[in-house]
Amino acid sequence: MSASGRSATSQALAGAARPERSLLAINLVGLGTIAHKEVRRVLRIWVQTIIPPAITMTLYFIIFGSLIGRRIGEMDGVPYTTFIAPGLIMMAVIQNSFGNVVSSFFSSKLQQHLEEMLVAPLSVFTIVIGFVIGGVSRGLLVAALVTVVAMFFTDLRLEYPLVTFSVIVLVAMVFSLAGLLNAIFARNFDDISIIPTFVLAPLTYLGGVFFSISLLTPFWQNVALANPILYMVNAFRYGMLGASDIPLGIAFSIIVGAFLALFGLALVLLHRGTGIRS
Amino acid sequence: MDALVLEGLTKVYGNSVTALKGIDLTVAEGDFCALLGPNGAGKTTAIGIVTSLVNKTSGKVAVFGHDLDREREAAKACIGVVPQEVNLNMFEKCFNTLVNQAGYYGVPARLARRRAEKYLRLLHLWDKRDEISRKLSGGMKRRLMIARALVHEPRLLILDEPTAGVDIEIRRSIWDLMREINGSGVTIILTTHYLEEAEHLCRNIAIIDEGTIIENDSMTNVIRKLQREAFVLSLQERINEAPMLDGYTVRLRNDREIEVEVAKGQGLNRLFDELSARSLEVSSMRTKTNRLEELFMRLVENKQMTPQ
Ligand SMILES: Nc1ncnc2c1ncn2[C@@H]1O[C@H](COP(=O)(O)OP(=O)(O)O)[C@@H](O)[C@H]1O
Ligand SMILES: [Mg+2]
Repeated sequence: MSASGRSATSQALAGAARPERSLLAINLVGLGTIAHKEVRRVLRIWVQTIIPPAITMTLYFIIFGSLIGRRIGEMDGVPYTTFIAPGLIMMAVIQNSFGNVVSSFFSSKLQQHLEEMLVAPLSVFTIVIGFVIGGVSRGLLVAALVTVVAMFFTDLRLEYPLVTFSVIVLVAMVFSLAGLLNAIFARNFDDISIIPTFVLAPLTYLGGVFFSISLLTPFWQNVALANPILYMVNAFRYGMLGASDIPLGIAFSIIVGAFLALFGLALVLLHRGTGIRS
Repeated sequence: MDALVLEGLTKVYGNSVTALKGIDLTVAEGDFCALLGPNGAGKTTAIGIVTSLVNKTSGKVAVFGHDLDREREAAKACIGVVPQEVNLNMFEKCFNTLVNQAGYYGVPARLARRRAEKYLRLLHLWDKRDEISRKLSGGMKRRLMIARALVHEPRLLILDEPTAGVDIEIRRSIWDLMREINGSGVTIILTTHYLEEAEHLCRNIAIIDEGTIIENDSMTNVIRKLQREAFVLSLQERINEAPMLDGYTVRLRNDREIEVEVAKGQGLNRLFDELSARSLEVSSMRTKTNRLEELFMRLVENKQMTPQ
């Protein structure tokens, strides 16, 4: 091909400069890209991601808070509606952070566009954090909405803002990771509904969202203490209302421990290619 | 520097299918190389290993000198890949698909948007930029995947059967584009089961069958080999030297057999005339089986069975 005969295409391609980018720079841009894409996904399908949990939680407030709550009176020294508000916010965070990552990661695995990330020079660390940012964003967005709803039914307090905020973010990260792990192992749609239905829902309902464990007999109190979600709900309730069934230090250790364990596991599995590479 | 080096690459899948039985391949920088073979030969597996989508069982892979075991990220940064199966996010707009892919390779956002425009225009998809992939035709999806592979401007472009299932017109335009991309200095490796495609585009060719590379040569040499047929002739009398026959290449196999290479279409009458003139009596004759030839017969059959 003569120089003068080269088409515009060829010239455009020849102009391609190839600056060497450091791996750190690549991963930072890559992380921003994944996070941006995940958040955009949440907002794009807001009818599926944001509205349903807001409606469910509103119903909980109407039924358990206003209607039944009035007959219950107080629990742990606060009106019942106030008592359940932190638990319901926490429940929304757990379900939505988990649900976001499990469905986003699983569908990208199923449609195979996860390969777009797998062929790129991104570390697995970046990929995990990127998906976690998506899950945390949706969890917090829904939490904010549920908080607004709750304010129509009760006077919310914020005794320890730092505790409240750090617990909610940590819990969102833990359940984003749990969703990621579920998606890594899942082979079909059944596999991504088993964990939320048979594990997450029971643990959440029994995790002290609707009751104080002081209502339980000593035996059942001990059983309840084996449930990690109990610690999360109580730490969060402590942040808002200043009352908790559980010492705060233990709750934080359990939450941070769960985060580190799940994060490590996710890194190892993605690195090995479990469930995504033959 | 070589764009790609494979050494003793093997792959045994979990279900104990051996897809690659130790392949060696070197592709020089700037080359346009075909990896040709029938379905199930192991092409996609080899590409999968090079692009980090399949774990290898053993062997070595180096991309522009970056060993995949030691510098996987650096190797990945050099490659752009167009997979055999459509793997687009069906609900993402074309423009965003490219911007995201550029981002995964570390191209900063503003530059990524410029690149997305450049490559959408190049692939004639600019007016589809706001469509989601699901709405595109098969040919457009294929083009979008090519644009996606180019958006970070890789030094090595790998295409796994890029024209399978696209109509003839689009196939031609993809061929033209690939020639130009190669002309701009990008090394291209293309897998195909169409000999015609390899012949049209590629300078070098590796032919793979049942997980083994059975031929790796320049396109010209392979075509020459294919255009010749070899016959083995058994003679009545013993001879101790191959006869010189005008226009034919003759080789002595043993004292009773000679092997004659004949260009396709050359005809055999003159051969027998020449032999008679030297009073060499032929007692029998057979075609020499040639693995390359056999493979091509299968490829041709394959092609006829594949709906176009
Ligand atoms: N994920 C997989 N698991 C098990 N076997 C596979 C897998 N992918 C491919 N194979 C097998 O490996 C062999 C090579 O396949 P492939 O690399 O797709 O060939 P080609 O791309 O040349 O058609 C075939 O026998 C195929 O059935
Ligand atoms: Mg294939």
